Amino acid sequence: MRHGKYRFLAGALIVPLTLYGVFVLSPYLQAFQLAFTNWNGVDSAPEFTGFDNFSKLWDDPLFLAGLRNNGLMLLVVPLAVIVLALALAAGTRGTRVYRVVYFFPQLLSVAIIAVLWQFVYTPNSGLLNGALAALGLDSWRQSWLAEPNLALWCVMAVMIWSSVGFYVVLFSAAMESVPDDIMEAAAIDGAGPMTVFRRITIPLIWESVQVGWIYLGIAALDGFALVQIMTVGPGGPDNSTEVMGLGLYRTAFTFGKFGYASAMGVAIFFLTLSIAVLLLRVTKRERVELA
Amino acid sequence: MRIKHAFLTLWAVLVTLPLLWALMSSFKTDAEIFDSPWTPPASPQFDNWSRAWEHASIGQYLFNTLIVVGGSLALTMLLGALTAYCLARYEFPGNRFLYYTLIAGMLFPVFLALVPLFFVVDNLGMLGTYHGLILVYAAYALPFTVFFLHGFFRSLPGAVAEAAFLDGASHAGVFFRVMLPMARPGMVSVGIFNFLGLWNQYLLPRVLNPDPDHYVISQGLAALAVSQGARSDWSGLFAGLVIAILPVLLAYVFFQRQIRAGLTSGALK
Repeated sequence: MRHGKYRFLAGALIVPLTLYGVFVLSPYLQAFQLAFTNWNGVDSAPEFTGFDNFSKLWDDPLFLAGLRNNGLMLLVVPLAVIVLALALAAGTRGTRVYRVVYFFPQLLSVAIIAVLWQFVYTPNSGLLNGALAALGLDSWRQSWLAEPNLALWCVMAVMIWSSVGFYVVLFSAAMESVPDDIMEAAAIDGAGPMTVFRRITIPLIWESVQVGWIYLGIAALDGFALVQIMTVGPGGPDNSTEVMGLGLYRTAFTFGKFGYASAMGVAIFFLTLSIAVLLLRVTKRERVELA
Repeated sequence: MRIKHAFLTLWAVLVTLPLLWALMSSFKTDAEIFDSPWTPPASPQFDNWSRAWEHASIGQYLFNTLIVVGGSLALTMLLGALTAYCLARYEFPGNRFLYYTLIAGMLFPVFLALVPLFFVVDNLGMLGTYHGLILVYAAYALPFTVFFLHGFFRSLPGAVAEAAFLDGASHAGVFFRVMLPMARPGMVSVGIFNFLGLWNQYLLPRVLNPDPDHYVISQGLAALAVSQGARSDWSGLFAGLVIAILPVLLAYVFFQRQIRAGLTSGALK
């Protein structure tokens, strides 16, 4: 029965491993190499420039704007999504129909969401200004994506809008596995609903919340599609919605500075990795075992 | 209680209102859209939809998406299952090394690979081709698929496979006829997860697929939103947007329980 094992393994693995090696592994490794060159895609031999690209990053106002904006997204979006999703998940205990609806944005591709919200924010014919006018709040009407102080917040609102539903479903699935008798016991002991939620529900579903923090933290360092499609420029008025990914894209495919763009990629990689590790550390808690 | 329900309803309205508004706007004339965002159309303009489908190439973009996402999904599932199975059920030198090398792909942001990837695909002459996109999509979906299914194949009982081997089945026969059918629940979950992930792609086609005839829907719609804004066929664009939203939303209405379960189990892995 064992004969032909290695022939089978070789036949089965050759295609996927080649695919992975050519399109995933080799580009990742090449990126680290290119990051130390000034390659512009035309010269056959890239020139080694040491850490020049990385020191240039610190003086590049566009990259710093991207870093700042991604940083703000990182502070705002995960927290807002998790708080909203926890509240909505707790609120919809027993009423499933809400969750079906909340999940809708998860099914739209991010480009479609960007186009939709660009329409919503359109000054003259958009839904948002129309809604404000209908509520008699004419003075609140804005050209949302054209205001340097507002544009990034508008982008973050879309990020939150599109992510909450998924985490409602994730958290409520976890909440359903918390046995009712624990809740009842706590209620009998005189704990109010808020105490039960804070002291019992949250610790018992913490593993899902932790996953949420990490995923949302990584996503906050992206934002490319939304910014590139929704905001003018792209990158917004006064670079107010510039994100690191957009800077990389532009540096590479508009300006042809492939070495420098790769250095941005390396910076984004180390930032993403550090954020993931940091969030993993910060959100670490004693695991509560349900007997 | 009342506050709670007001809050729940408010979020439901926030989620659905933009979608319903886009649907309504897709039946209005341009003049009506500019006149007032709220008023329903005087008479529904079905012409917007056919214009979007034909002239704005939404039909073509959906067709391209079907080929690229369908092709890469099939390829990912086949190769992912095969790889996961081999790594999970066979002992051989280098097994662990291969497994960790593969799942390391999940750690890296695609931005890091972007520049070299462009040149790899360019050197292979695959820029702007269906098969180029399919291969790249599949390669990037592979790590998660292997990771997810590896655990799944591990947990399957070995007795059935042993019996099949004793009956003279080949290694490939055991995989396709015995183990793969047993892994069906896992395949469904990861399949749904991958479908939405591939459908969601924007960065990869944006860089690797510069040929407008081969645009996938996300890319095509974004390009239209920029160019159409200038030519101001807003009603056609709304119709295109709704056409792009509908297929997956309809699938969700029918399979919503499986889809939500598939996605969340994928995340918790």
